[in-house]
Amino acid sequence: MILSAIAFYVFAAIIIASAVLVVSARNPVHSVFFLILAFFNAAGIFVLAGAEFLAMILVIVYVGAVAVLFMFVVMMLDINFVRLREGFLQYLPVGALVGIILLIELVFIVTTQVNVPEVLAISGAPTPNISEVTNTHALGRLIYTRYIYLFQAGGLILLVAMIGAIVLTLRERPGVRKQRISDQVGRSRSDSIEIKKVSPGNGI
Amino acid sequence: MDDLLREYLPIMIFIGLVVVLGVVFIAASFFAVEQHPDAEKLSTYECGFEPFEDTRSRFDVRFYLVALLFIIFDLEVAFLFPWAVTLGDTGVFGFWSMFIFLGVLTVGFVYEWKKGALEWE
Repeated sequence: MILSAIAFYVFAAIIIASAVLVVSARNPVHSVFFLILAFFNAAGIFVLAGAEFLAMILVIVYVGAVAVLFMFVVMMLDINFVRLREGFLQYLPVGALVGIILLIELVFIVTTQVNVPEVLAISGAPTPNISEVTNTHALGRLIYTRYIYLFQAGGLILLVAMIGAIVLTLRERPGVRKQRISDQVGRSRSDSIEIKKVSPGNGI
Repeated sequence: MDDLLREYLPIMIFIGLVVVLGVVFIAASFFAVEQHPDAEKLSTYECGFEPFEDTRSRFDVRFYLVALLFIIFDLEVAFLFPWAVTLGDTGVFGFWSMFIFLGVLTVGFVYEWKKGALEWE
């Protein structure tokens, strides 16, 4: 038990340190790497809380895909980041305001759950005991039946994201020679060659 | 709860080993190697190239499109795991719930296929 407590504090400390470095790193590529470190440690905390499935999904989806996407964006933007940083202090109050609002909301959620335990019963499904039901089972029993509308809404959001990405980035490139396999296979011999009788002694 | 964490103990030991090894390699290359720092080593080459440049360079937006489409299907597969594990509990309703979800994403997949977003000329 003491070992898991130590692990929790190590993970939490690394998350906070790397989150600070994400904001303060000079090179945006380093920021993305610190973000990946934060994701990994968040996965560690999920495992400590018994949420194995969420931990693995965090590693697969966030580290494997979202971080790569962030890296692409950072790489693709050809911006002078030093000049972008000039307004940092100017926008600090707005950022701080958003952060404070989020913090207040989090404090509200946690304090109501501690002070009024009945809230848990009406706000969501009861959390099953981790020694009886695994995290994957507990999620699977709820997502597809009890929360079916949210699940289908998630599917629609993914559809919109897919179509949006295609509409925004796909362009016809004129002058590019594409391979059309049907054209290649559909060519008949008479289209391309012609056999002529050549009588001896004469040209064509 | 403790049993679950005990299964993860070997992974923790591995992570600890990785951190130690990483620090040892970097520290060893820093201390054990003979170093002769010189301003000339950092200056521009005779042929005009900079010895150190920013790694960022512009590339085609289509790589981004492929990554985004990858994420979407990655998430779709992630939803399949708990569904497959609990199919015995959720029954026919859970089964068709997932198939509607897959159907919606198949619409997107057909659009993507017909639009030629996966083609690379």
